[in-house]
Amino acid sequence: MSIDSVFVHKMWNDHELSKMVEGGVPYPMLSDAGGKVGTLYGIYDEDAGVETRGRFIIDPDGVVQGYEVLTPPVGRNVAESLRQIQAFQLVRQSKGTEATPSGWKPGKTTLKPGPDLVGKVWEVWKTSMAFD
Amino acid sequence: MPTEFKPGCARPTGGPVGEGPAKNAAPKTTIQEKPREASMIKVGKKAPDFTAPAYLKGGFVSVQLSEYLGKWVVLCFYPGDFTFV
Repeated sequence: MSIDSVFVHKMWNDHELSKMVEGGVPYPMLSDAGGKVGTLYGIYDEDAGVETRGRFIIDPDGVVQGYEVLTPPVGRNVAESLRQIQAFQLVRQSKGTEATPSGWKPGKTTLKPGPDLVGKVWEVWKTSMAFD
Repeated sequence: MPTEFKPGCARPTGGPVGEGPAKNAAPKTTIQEKPREASMIKVGKKAPDFTAPAYLKGGFVSVQLSEYLGKWVVLCFYPGDFTFV
């Protein structure tokens, strides 16, 4: 979503993005003239008249599970967004019985918070796991 | 899901859905110290619903966030088309 019109979105998709992604952008390219929605989400920069790079993960109940906001010159890390979605999906599937520690990726150990784990995380989770 | 629309010459727009910030019903003399600016979204809270026109695979459609209930949604904002990163 940006402040550009749907007409400009079409030009950008047809003339540039479709050269990066075969078939063009497969999801809706949303238009937010005046930044009304961006203001609602707290990422509209009134001084510059544009939206900053805000990314929101919204679960199937419509609840915001996470967000990240960057200033314009730095691009996002899509892989990190996907990792977060996978983590939120796992937690949701476990109905909150599991949690994903720092550095978690699909396939890695999760934690099962409860009385027995209090003060024992050091036994099952090592700091190196945040980086591998 | 997204419904197609025929664009006219006016720029299609969308906006928030549902009751927005209450329009100043109180008389002007009332002191209202509430900041006008919307506060930042909070995690664990509902994402505000909105409608927005969109370009989707060759057509123009109208999208409402709440149509996606039941699915995971990634909502991305960016400064503008043809910006570089």
